Amino acid sequence: MTVAERDVNDDTIILGIETSCDETAAAVLRGPTSVLSSVVSSQVDLHARFGGVVPEVASRAHVELLTPVIAESLVEAGVDRGGFDAVAATYGPGLVGSLLIGLSAAKALALVHGVAFVGVNHLEAHLYAALIEEPEVEMPVVVLLVSGGHTLLALMNGPGDYRLLGSTLDDAAGEAFDKVARFLGLGYPGGPAIDHAAMQGDPEAIPFPRAMADEGYDFSFSGLKTAVVNHVRKHPEVDTRDVAASFQQAVVDVLVLKARRAAQAYHARGLCLAGGVAANSQLREATLDVCVGEGLRALLPGRSYCTDNAAMVASAGWHRLRSDGPSPLSLAAEPGLSLPDGT
Amino acid sequence: MLILGIDTATQQVGCAIGGHEGVLASAHSARGRRHAENLAPAIEFILSQARVEMREISVVAVDLGPGLFTGLRVGVATAKAIAHALRVPMIGIPSLDLLAFPVRFTDRLIVATVDARRGELFYSFYRQVPAGVQRVADHMVGSPDDLASELQASGQEVLLVGDGAHRYRGIFEELARVDVVEQGASFPSAASLVQLAHATAMREEFVQPERLSPIYLRKPDAEINWTTRNHR
Ligand SMILES: [Zn+2]
Repeated sequence: MTVAERDVNDDTIILGIETSCDETAAAVLRGPTSVLSSVVSSQVDLHARFGGVVPEVASRAHVELLTPVIAESLVEAGVDRGGFDAVAATYGPGLVGSLLIGLSAAKALALVHGVAFVGVNHLEAHLYAALIEEPEVEMPVVVLLVSGGHTLLALMNGPGDYRLLGSTLDDAAGEAFDKVARFLGLGYPGGPAIDHAAMQGDPEAIPFPRAMADEGYDFSFSGLKTAVVNHVRKHPEVDTRDVAASFQQAVVDVLVLKARRAAQAYHARGLCLAGGVAANSQLREATLDVCVGEGLRALLPGRSYCTDNAAMVASAGWHRLRSDGPSPLSLAAEPGLSLPDGT
Repeated sequence: MLILGIDTATQQVGCAIGGHEGVLASAHSARGRRHAENLAPAIEFILSQARVEMREISVVAVDLGPGLFTGLRVGVATAKAIAHALRVPMIGIPSLDLLAFPVRFTDRLIVATVDARRGELFYSFYRQVPAGVQRVADHMVGSPDDLASELQASGQEVLLVGDGAHRYRGIFEELARVDVVEQGASFPSAASLVQLAHATAMREEFVQPERLSPIYLRKPDAEINWTTRNHR
């Protein structure tokens, strides 16, 4: 009954489920890029009062939200009576209690409908997000994935064919945004809060360090966060908007500098942003500048495909199903899963 | 009527299929807390053993807890997804009810317990009634010493069951008029779940998948800290 390798094609309808962090999401795709529906229920309001994602709160919300979210995605896509060929779900990385909920539901649906189940690496899914909007893009493409949970640079030669160039050695970039925003009293989530405050600040007011700017493709943000704290303690009268703008500039500089260096070194044809921080207006602007300067195609997915969503999970699931076939129903959640070398 | 029962509220993973003719097939495993890995293959296995097609299932029953949160949610998420996809109603039954049910043939007060970790138990009191047991007080969470003093104060003959009672056996066996049921009945069983759900289904007491929620009895830690911080 399951979809064999040769049967996975542009007409294959795949349901994607994403519950790795604080978004409960389900989407239906026909083939790897045709989105029939994409539903995301964000829990951001539930976690705001805690100043960050609380795993137990997230897990409880996923249990309540997942059934209606899946139902909505199936109805919107017109496949609520079955009518799909496979179910894909994120199995890592992420919060283990949250991952298990989407994974369990996906296996259950595969059992009921007698269709293939496929586990998806959340990081790999982010890499496919931009291709959903621009499937015909020329390879290779350098992908800069920045969010609350991950910061990495990858080279993509084609679907399923990519290599990890570098990643963060400590905090994720989005995590640094959250921590600095909390310290400055700007609220949660930190990304939009800093972005907003920075618009009225001077990005050159404070010369915060650009960590590891000259070294390889790895990142480090914990020193920058400490520098912000130290500066504000030393200069309590400093304008918060200047701190926000200077901090954001330091983050964006390092991210874009390494992305450009990678694009040059690997003769990339395009540069792609992914992850929640890809919605940051200054990062988008700086990425566009680099692309214009280097003659690169800029791939800046819309906000709905930057942040966690299930369309990218269904898309990655389609590719995985085609290359590796279905996953066993005994697949475990892997909270510490890293990006595999697709080659 | 065929009922699929799913029980993952303790360290045991269980599922069973049954109906008017009783339990047709069941599977349980209690080692390693591999809930997410074991449950879906176990359901597939019992369906084939009972020669039942998934679409023949007319009710999905699930152990609602209280229990170990992560495992509990694997069962609830699986049960909801199956019920929703099959468009059949659900029945939720508390873990403590499931523990009390198999030891019901006694005049003593039955106290069902689930190990809640962190030095605490989830527990509830039951009395035998015709064809089953009746809960006589709300589900509680408390330390074994709290429960021990409560049992002493009651002055009643007591039968303790469940992995919570086993973990703190030393404390309870010291008490007069209290016995702990042997190890074999440590965990709720999916077979009991199907039996109890069958009785509930005959009374047509169903719940729709989107309205079914686990019983936690504890708030998330962050919420407890947040509340104390803001009400000081
Ligand atoms: Zn993500």
